[in-house]
Amino acid sequence: MKDMLTPYVTDDGRQIGETLMDMRNITLRFGGVEAIKDISFNIQEGEIRAIIGPNGAGKSSMLNVISGFYNPQEGEVWFRGKKRPPMKPFQVARLGIARTFQNIALFEGMSVLDNVMTGRLNHMNAGLFSQALWKGRAEREETENREAVERVIDFLEIQAIRKTPVGRLPYGLKKRVELARALAAEPKLLLLDEPMAGMNVEEKEDMSRFILDVNDEFGTTIALIEHDMGVVMDLSDRVIVMDYGRKIGDGTPDEVRNNQEVIDAYLGVAHD
Amino acid sequence: MSADFLYGIEVIINGLMAGVLYALVALGFVLIFKASGIFNYAQGVMALFAALTLVGIMEGEVPFSHLINAVFGTEIHHFGWEVPALLAILLTLVVMIFFAWAVQHFVFRHLVGQEPIILFMATIGLAYFLEGVGDLMWGSDIKTLALGLPQGGSLWVEDITSGLGGDDFYGFFIDKLDMVATVVAIVLVTGLILFAQYTKQGRAMRAVADDHQAALSVGISLNFIWVLVWSLAGLVALVAGVMWGAKSGVQFSLSLIALKALPVLMLGGFTSIPGAIVGGLIIGVGEKLFEYMIGPMVGGATENWFAYVLALIFLVFRPQGLFGEKIIERV
Amino acid sequence: MLYREAGDFKTSYQEDSQTFPIAFDRYRYWAVLAFAFLVVPFVINDYWANAILVPFLIYAIAAIGLNILTGYCGQVSLGTGGFMAVGAYACYKLMTSFPDVSIVIHIILSGGITAAVGAAFGLPSLRIKGFYLAVATLAAQFFLVWLFNKVSWFYNYSASGQINAPERTVFGVPVTGPNTEAWAQYLICLVFVTVCAIIARNLTRGSLGRTWMSIRDMDIAAEIIGVNPLKAKLTAFAVSSFFIGIAGALFFAVYLGAVEVGEAFGIQKSFLVLFMIIIGGLGSIFGSFAGAAFLVVLPVVLKLIGVDLLGWPTDLVAHFQLVIVGALIMFFLIKEPHGLAQLWRLAKEKLRLWPFPY
Repeated sequence: MKDMLTPYVTDDGRQIGETLMDMRNITLRFGGVEAIKDISFNIQEGEIRAIIGPNGAGKSSMLNVISGFYNPQEGEVWFRGKKRPPMKPFQVARLGIARTFQNIALFEGMSVLDNVMTGRLNHMNAGLFSQALWKGRAEREETENREAVERVIDFLEIQAIRKTPVGRLPYGLKKRVELARALAAEPKLLLLDEPMAGMNVEEKEDMSRFILDVNDEFGTTIALIEHDMGVVMDLSDRVIVMDYGRKIGDGTPDEVRNNQEVIDAYLGVAHD
Repeated sequence: MSADFLYGIEVIINGLMAGVLYALVALGFVLIFKASGIFNYAQGVMALFAALTLVGIMEGEVPFSHLINAVFGTEIHHFGWEVPALLAILLTLVVMIFFAWAVQHFVFRHLVGQEPIILFMATIGLAYFLEGVGDLMWGSDIKTLALGLPQGGSLWVEDITSGLGGDDFYGFFIDKLDMVATVVAIVLVTGLILFAQYTKQGRAMRAVADDHQAALSVGISLNFIWVLVWSLAGLVALVAGVMWGAKSGVQFSLSLIALKALPVLMLGGFTSIPGAIVGGLIIGVGEKLFEYMIGPMVGGATENWFAYVLALIFLVFRPQGLFGEKIIERV
Repeated sequence: MLYREAGDFKTSYQEDSQTFPIAFDRYRYWAVLAFAFLVVPFVINDYWANAILVPFLIYAIAAIGLNILTGYCGQVSLGTGGFMAVGAYACYKLMTSFPDVSIVIHIILSGGITAAVGAAFGLPSLRIKGFYLAVATLAAQFFLVWLFNKVSWFYNYSASGQINAPERTVFGVPVTGPNTEAWAQYLICLVFVTVCAIIARNLTRGSLGRTWMSIRDMDIAAEIIGVNPLKAKLTAFAVSSFFIGIAGALFFAVYLGAVEVGEAFGIQKSFLVLFMIIIGGLGSIFGSFAGAAFLVVLPVVLKLIGVDLLGWPTDLVAHFQLVIVGALIMFFLIKEPHGLAQLWRLAKEKLRLWPFPY
C-alpha cells in the first residue's frame, strides 16, 4: 500500500499532491440520531475520491459537512492546511469548494447560460452603480466571465442549449448543466453527489469521461458519491466505505473490494 | 384593588373574547392550509359574503337586483317575503358549500402542485372576485343583521363586579354579544376538533394533510376532501361573519377580519389548531393591553399594526411559530 | 418575415448580452422612445395625462420595483403601499425643508430613503420565507401608514393631516403644484420611467440579477454555490424600494398634489401593484409596463362602456371591475404565470415565421 499522505504518481501518470482536505473525527447528529460517527479521512490534491455505502449510510451528510451545509458537532475540518471554522455554505463556496446535487438543484427559471454564469458569481465584484449603468467594471466582468463560461460550455458540449430555459431540458442534460455550473466556479475541490443516478449506460459513459477529463485537464480534485460500483472502481483513486454512519473501509478500489467488512455490509450480514 | 388595575383586567377579559373570534377566523385558515397547502386570503371576504347572503336571504332580496335593474330597466328589489333566521342560515350554508365546490372545480383543481406563494396570490384574486360578486348580488350598502342576538353591555356582570374596586370603579363592562360570540366560537372550535379526530371524514382530512400521495393510494378522494374543507371554512366564515356582522353591521370592513387573523397564524403556526387558538388569545389580549397602556402615549389606533409587529418580531426568533414543527432544511 | 433573428449575427459577447439582441426589437424600442418623447408631449391633454398616461408611468415604476423583489428575487411583498408612502412623505419633507434644491434631486433622495426603510423591513426575510414573509410585509404596510397618520411631524403639523405639494420647477417649468401643465407632468414622469427601466434592465441582466434569480429559484442551492442570501435579499429589498419610493414621490408630488396617507397608500395599493406584475408577467421589465397599462386602462374602459355607453350606475361598474380583476388574476396564475409578457413573446414567435406556418 502506498503512503497516502505524500505526493505520488498514479499508474496512468497523474500527479497526486499534498493533502487538500482533512476531516478529523467528524461526528454529526440530528437530535438524537448520529448520522456520522467519528469519521476521519483525507482527500489529496488531484485525486478522485469516492464515498460509497448502502442507502442511509451517511454519505450525503458527509458531503454536506464538507460543503458547509451542516456543521458537525464534533471534529475538525482542515482545508488547504488550515483549520476551517464553522462557516455558512456561501463562505465555504468562496474557499473553492463547488458541488452538484443528488436531486438536481438548477435554477429552473433561468437559461442554461445564466445558470452556468451563476457559478462565476464569486469571480464578479462590480459595484451596484457600475452594474446599474452597465459601464466600466460591470461590463468588463460580464464579458470576461462569459468567456470563461463559454470554455466550460464547450468542454461539456452543451453549446446548442446555451439559451434554452433549464426547465425544458431532459434529465441527463440537466445533470451536465449542473456540472457545468460547478466547474464554472473553477473549484479546488469538486463534490459530486451521485452524478450518474438515473442515467442510462450511454449517459453514464459520457459523464464518466467528463469527470476524468475535468480531473485530468484542470487538475481538479474530485470527491464523489456513487452507487454504480463499476463506475466507482474504474474512476476513483481511493474509496471510503460508509455504513450506518461509520467508516468501514478506506483505500484503493482493490483494497476495498477485498475488505471483509465491506463485503458484509453490501451482502447484508446481520448487525448486532 | 385600584381601579386602574381592575380596568386593566377588564381590558384583558375583552381581549380574550376578541381573541376567541380571531382564533375562530384563524381556524378557517388552518383547516384549508392543513388539507391543501392553500393559504386562503379570501377567508375574510368569505365571512363578508356569507353574512351578506344571510341578510339577503332573510330579507327576501332579489339577488343581482341592481344588475337586473340596470340591464332591463326594471325596479325589482325584494321578493316580498321574509325567511326565518334558522332556514336562512341553512340556505346560506348551501350557498357556501356550492361556493366551496366552485372554487375547487374552477380554480384550485388547476393549480395542484403549484408553489404555495402562487396559491396564496390566487386567493387574493379570489378575494377580489368574491367581494365583487357579493356586491353585485346584494349591493354594497351597509346592512344590519337582525338575528335577535343580545346587544349592549351586560348589567349583570357590571353589578356583581362593581363591588371589587373603590368608588371610581363601576364594574366590568362586558358586551353581551361578545359573550355569546365567545360561547359560539368555543362550541364551534370544539366541534371541529372532535370532527377532525373522531369521524371518518375527519381522519381522511388529516391523512390528506399529512401526505397527499399516501392518502390517494389508500383510496381517499382528494377532490372530496378539498371541497369538504372549503365547506368547513365556509361554515367558519359564516359564523364569524354573523358574529362580527351583528356587532358592527355587514359591510366591507368585515372582510378585514382576515387581516386580523394573519398575525394570529404567524404566531401560532399555519398547521396547528391549538396554535390558532393560543395565538388568537395572545393577540387579542396583547393588542388591547398595548392600546390601553401604550396607545395614549403614541396617538392611539395601535391595533392596526400591533399584531403584525408582534408576530414579525416573534417570527424572527422562531420562524415556525409557537406550535409549528421545526423546519429542517435539506438538499 | 418582418421580425427575424436569422442573419443577425453577434461577433462579441457584449453584443450578445445587450438588452435587445434582435435588431428589429432595437429599432422598435427607439421608435417607441422617440414617439413618447417627441410626439406625445405636443398632443397630450389634461384628460389623457390624468386618467391614463401619468398614472401609467408612475405605476410602471412601482411595478418594476415590486417585480425586482417578487418576480426576480421571489420575495412576495404586500407592503408596496407603505413604501410608496415613505417615498411620498420623504419627498414632502425634503421639498418643504430645502425649497431651493431641485425637485429632481428630492425625488431621487426619496427613493434612497425608501431603499433604506425597505432594507430594514427586508431584514426578517433571512429567517422568514414564502407567505410568512408576505404576511410579515403587511406589518410594514400597516405600521408605516399608521406612522404617517399619527406623527404630525411628517405632515408638518397641518390641521387636515394631509400633505400638499408646493410648486417646484424644472428648467423654469412648474412640474408640481396647481399650475403644472399636462405635458410637464407627463414628461418628468417619462424621464424617470425611462431611467428606472434602463437601470432595472441593467441590474437584472448582470450578476446581481442572477444572484436574485438564483435565490428565487432555489435558495438553498444558491447559498451552496456561493450566494450570500442576506446580501442578495437585502439588495433586492433596497433596489425594489428605491423604485417604489420614486413612484410614491411622483405619485404624491406630480400626480395627486395632495395626499391623505390611508387613502392614497393603503393596502389596496399594495394589491394593485402586485396584480400589475402578476398580470403583466413576473420577472419581466416589459411585463411591468404591460401590467401597469392594463390595470390603469381597465377601469377607464369599463367606465366608458358601463357608465357612458350602457348608462349603468357607477357603483355597479366598480363591482364588475372587482370581479373582472379577481377573475383575471386567477386566470393568469392558472394559464399564464408569466403574464402578458409571455403572451407577447408567443406572439413574437409567430411573427418570426409569418407569413409561413413553419
